[in-house]
Amino acid sequence: MNWRLLIGLPLLVGVIVTAIMVVESRQHHRQLSVQLSALETERDELNIEFGRLQLEQAALGKTSRIERVAAEQLMMRSPTPTEVEVLRP
Amino acid sequence: MSVRRSPPRRPQAGQRGPNLRGRLQVLSVFLGIAGFILVAKAAEMQLWRSEFYQAKGDARFVREIEIPTSRGMITDRNGEPLAISTPVESIWASPRELLKNPERMGELAAALQLPLEEVKARVEARAERDFVYLRRRLTPDQSEPVMALKIPGVYSAREYQRFYPLGDVAAHVLGYTNIDDQGQEGLELAFNDWLIGKPGAKRVIKDRLGRVVENVELVRAAEPGRTLELSIDRRLQHLVYRELQKALVENSATSASGVVLDVATGEILAMVNLPSYNPNVLDSVPAARRNRAVTDVFEPGSVIKAFTVAAALETGRVMPDTIIETSPGYMPLANHVVRDIRNFGTLTVTGLLTKSSNIAATKLALDMPNEHLHDVLHRFGFGELSGSGFPGEQAGVLSAPQGWGVVEKATISYGYGLSTTVLQLAQAYAAIGNGGVWMPATFVHGGAGEGRAAIDPQLAKTLLGMLETVTGPQGSAQRAGVAGYRVAGKTGTSRRSVAGGYEKRYISVFAGLVPASQPRYAMALMINDPDPKQYYGGLVAAPVFGRVMADALRVLDVPPDNVEQLLAAAPAVPAAEADALTLEAESVAEPLDTLRPAAEPVPLQGAR
Repeated sequence: MNWRLLIGLPLLVGVIVTAIMVVESRQHHRQLSVQLSALETERDELNIEFGRLQLEQAALGKTSRIERVAAEQLMMRSPTPTEVEVLRP
Repeated sequence: MSVRRSPPRRPQAGQRGPNLRGRLQVLSVFLGIAGFILVAKAAEMQLWRSEFYQAKGDARFVREIEIPTSRGMITDRNGEPLAISTPVESIWASPRELLKNPERMGELAAALQLPLEEVKARVEARAERDFVYLRRRLTPDQSEPVMALKIPGVYSAREYQRFYPLGDVAAHVLGYTNIDDQGQEGLELAFNDWLIGKPGAKRVIKDRLGRVVENVELVRAAEPGRTLELSIDRRLQHLVYRELQKALVENSATSASGVVLDVATGEILAMVNLPSYNPNVLDSVPAARRNRAVTDVFEPGSVIKAFTVAAALETGRVMPDTIIETSPGYMPLANHVVRDIRNFGTLTVTGLLTKSSNIAATKLALDMPNEHLHDVLHRFGFGELSGSGFPGEQAGVLSAPQGWGVVEKATISYGYGLSTTVLQLAQAYAAIGNGGVWMPATFVHGGAGEGRAAIDPQLAKTLLGMLETVTGPQGSAQRAGVAGYRVAGKTGTSRRSVAGGYEKRYISVFAGLVPASQPRYAMALMINDPDPKQYYGGLVAAPVFGRVMADALRVLDVPPDNVEQLLAAAPAVPAAEADALTLEAESVAEPLDTLRPAAEPVPLQGAR
């Protein structure tokens, strides 16, 4: 009788413990999946935003626009030869 | 007495009655068999045929779905974006599901901003199918209201669209992609394999409504496309575009091309063709999308004389100061006549280039074997692909020297009877500036190939000095000059060839190197069919070079190598006066040109 108890009890305990662990890891897996898809969505949104900002930057940084702003709004121009001072080494 | 049902009694041993033991045995045998069948079946399903059943099950709810990936970015040499892929949403529907709720079509069409008839027609045309695109490439902002309706059978898919921030400025070089993100033209096509990403795949469990319930496994991760860093400099590209555009309008020309090369590496810093198109909205005719600077060949005219002179100097029979007699300005040759624009009298070999004399070039050419002239031109890359790998690139024509008669040889010596692209021309001049080493052209930053010696470094240096006189006070291209820098270059004007002869229409060409003391940039440009009243390379093409380089050298921080000129110009002469002076000098230098329309290098009369 004793030997039965000796083998059976640990097995029973083992079964219960692993069963709980299965449930536990299953739950953990679900939580991680939820987290993963949330992060993926966030990543996609950031990518979209990044692309938009890149385009915006490129549009604002267009050489023709810089040139126009410099000439029309900031009244910049190339120096005439009289305004250039050449330094001899 | 009738039989009376005896009241139930407990059976007694020995009595006839139900055989309990027998029944028990039958029952246990029966149960035993049933149990065995169950276990056997379970074993069969679990052990022997488990894979089959697993597959059957998976097929009902496990789906492999694609993870879309973006095409790599194209940047210029400083990392500025030239082509970007941004995510967009494409709305698609399963007509079978959608048609179960026909009353929602109106809502759907309104959200898609499409006419109801069109949506209906498209869906009904594929009523028995499971897939139809409703609208492709919406921005996430546009697609959101559509998906918010939650109409059964309407889905969205992530796709990527290409944007070109520079628009038409770099359109020909970059090319474009089709709606499926595959390169169709230009570098998008040439480097398609490098740019495309590998879409990933993942296995998921979907419920009956197609919602993802669980991620099973990642089959393969999505590999985004790689970034391509071009040798193009965005600022230079813009400068060339701006000045060519100006020249195109001023001269009412039909088209123009320009290429700027890095002399030492053969990297293409700018390549512009006009008229251009907007690669973000493809509605132009395909012909306007050709990258003429590499796909269209033309007869370059006088710019070839630099290589005729190089060949002559290489023979050792002439020196830069050897005298050539060009009087009286025309020269009978076989049944033809070679003409200069006027009688230049006696010229040195250097003067040949300064004044662009056809007669002197012819005399030099006739003095050397056909094979030698051909060999030198070939070493400078004429009749050979540039090495850029651009789709549809042309090599031009340089015919075999065995077939050249005196007339062919004479015409080739001043740039007719052979053809070249603008890129090849820029490359050949870059070789002069690179100590005689010809470099293969490349569009990739840091992608310089192995160069090959075209001419001796000393000879290249001499030639460079001779070409500098062209932009000097006696030269034909003073307008290519840049204040503070020494410029070497050569003009060309050629008549356009048509079937059976040459038109009274022209091509103005300029090819040059700057700064001449230690050349860093080579530029060749071609303006096609300028106003016939004024078509000389010196007046049409050379100023473009001067204006582009004036800004380019400042932007690129190249120190002036002609400080004396700045010093001389600066204190005494105010800007306006300085301009007047140069204009006067020019009108003195080219007085006869405007009087005689059929001038500069004109093909031999009656040639071909």
